[in-house]
Amino acid sequence: MILKKKELSRELKNFTINFGPQHPAAHGVLRLILELDGEVVERADPHIGLLHRGTEKLIEYKTYIQALPYFDRLDYVSMMCQEHTYSLAVEKIGGIQIPRRAQIIRVIFAEITRILNHLLAVGCHAMDVGAMTPFMWAFEEREKLVEFYERVSGSRMHAAYIRPGGVSADLPLGLLDDLHIFINQFSLRIDEIEELLTGNRIWKERLVDIGVVSAKKAVDWGFSGVMLRGSGIPWDLRKTQPYEVYSEIDFSVPVGSSGDCFDRYLIRIEEMRQSLNILEQAIELIQEGPIKSTNYKLNPPSRSEMKISMEAVIHHFKLYTEGIILPFGETYTATEAPKGEFGVYLISNNTERPYRCKIKAPGFGHLQALNEMSKGHMIADVVTIIGTQDIVFGEVDR
Amino acid sequence: MSFSIKSFEQLVKIVPTLTYQKVADENSIVVSHDKLILALNVLKLHLGYQYNLLTCISGVDFLGKEYRFSVVYDLLSLTFNSRLRVKVFVNEITSVPSSMEVFINANWWEREVWDLYGVYFDKHTDLRRILSDYGFEGHPMRKDFPLSGFVEFRFDESKKRIVGEPIELTQEFRSFTFEKPW
Repeated sequence: MILKKKELSRELKNFTINFGPQHPAAHGVLRLILELDGEVVERADPHIGLLHRGTEKLIEYKTYIQALPYFDRLDYVSMMCQEHTYSLAVEKIGGIQIPRRAQIIRVIFAEITRILNHLLAVGCHAMDVGAMTPFMWAFEEREKLVEFYERVSGSRMHAAYIRPGGVSADLPLGLLDDLHIFINQFSLRIDEIEELLTGNRIWKERLVDIGVVSAKKAVDWGFSGVMLRGSGIPWDLRKTQPYEVYSEIDFSVPVGSSGDCFDRYLIRIEEMRQSLNILEQAIELIQEGPIKSTNYKLNPPSRSEMKISMEAVIHHFKLYTEGIILPFGETYTATEAPKGEFGVYLISNNTERPYRCKIKAPGFGHLQALNEMSKGHMIADVVTIIGTQDIVFGEVDR
Repeated sequence: MSFSIKSFEQLVKIVPTLTYQKVADENSIVVSHDKLILALNVLKLHLGYQYNLLTCISGVDFLGKEYRFSVVYDLLSLTFNSRLRVKVFVNEITSVPSSMEVFINANWWEREVWDLYGVYFDKHTDLRRILSDYGFEGHPMRKDFPLSGFVEFRFDESKKRIVGEPIELTQEFRSFTFEKPW
């Protein structure tokens, strides 16, 4: 019996599903339209903007100091790194030098933030893939780190600590001692997480060769941070365009070779170890001194000075009513935030408010490659890829 | 990293530049919108520049100027560790050619500029809104778009769905500046 060709081939229609916006593995409010052929992803169309709060518009209506807390609320797991970028941008337009102690404090908190972010990234990634325990361990460590935030700024998350001209307050007594104790015990915690994951067969089966990005593709898609280094490009703004005291600190930049999710996981783990290394060196470097620039057009004078000097009172009043006035200028300032290159494109027009403050969020650039990264993978691998991209919707949607 | 005035003069010979600016250590060139793709292609492919990574595209609204919108392309050269800004100035009715054929990641950045500023990108394959809501009207980052918007949403208990109504402020929106405190 001869079968006709028509009968042999079965008509298969792709079907479309909605992934999110309320899905625990979507890391927030990602609505993903997945076109599936069986269980294989044909096309992924991310719909973003469900957490859009108009940060850039709001910043245009605020003074330079009032605009700062918005940066905490962008990527709400790496708060201080974003304040840091904004502060650097303001300082660059204003041509402001900040004291050395403030620079070192900034480095310390940028690295604490990096550990905070990577703990959440690895922990949540593991949880999305099915390992619950590292998440719990990571959050125990995060708890200790947010306590450093709290001790220095009074707030556990939205610190508003790094400000244009320095940092808002000096380190409380004993903080660096406790940080030292934390550093000593934390490398053991990383070992524990690694023991559970790195050699784990299930973890490897889910991650190795998933979401492979070649070096050329990574550049074409404009990746930065771990996503770029995972594909084998040694690019870290702390090394290539150093800011603050990073040029004096000796640390290495881990680079992947195959560009898959597993490489990027290994890089995050290694970056945490390098951050500990940086923290130790920064504690060695720190010295006594002022923590804000003494330019009273930018930073308020001390309370004690205000008791005796009329000039200081005037400065204080002007600063908190009118704000900082930046001359005409524009800058694109970028730093190595834990997720990648976080940039601020700031245009000032000789008033107390920014004319334009464009926020270049790393996650936005990474998420648009999701379609290409997940094409041909199983639907469960989409979760792995979202996890490895380390998406946080506060910064993607702005 | 070093980008001297001399290298600008060389650049101008190859890239169709209208003018160039150097602010502190940051460099930017202004090109006309019909030469944009050519300029980006040269900057990306020329061995002496290799600006092959598009960092971001931002829109700026200079309300009241003849060419109201500025579209700014931030380029990064990994080889020479150098950044360059390419700016295009257009008015409300001129469109900008899409740079998707040069940089694939221009896709979302251009969608964002379209959404927030209403600058139209020619030959963009997928020019939908990206950050604002489904069915949103207007371009919210324009300087003449009010901060409070035009529509407010609430859940209507009788209709059992979310309804949008023209915004009603109990107190008029006030913008305090230091020159006019009230």
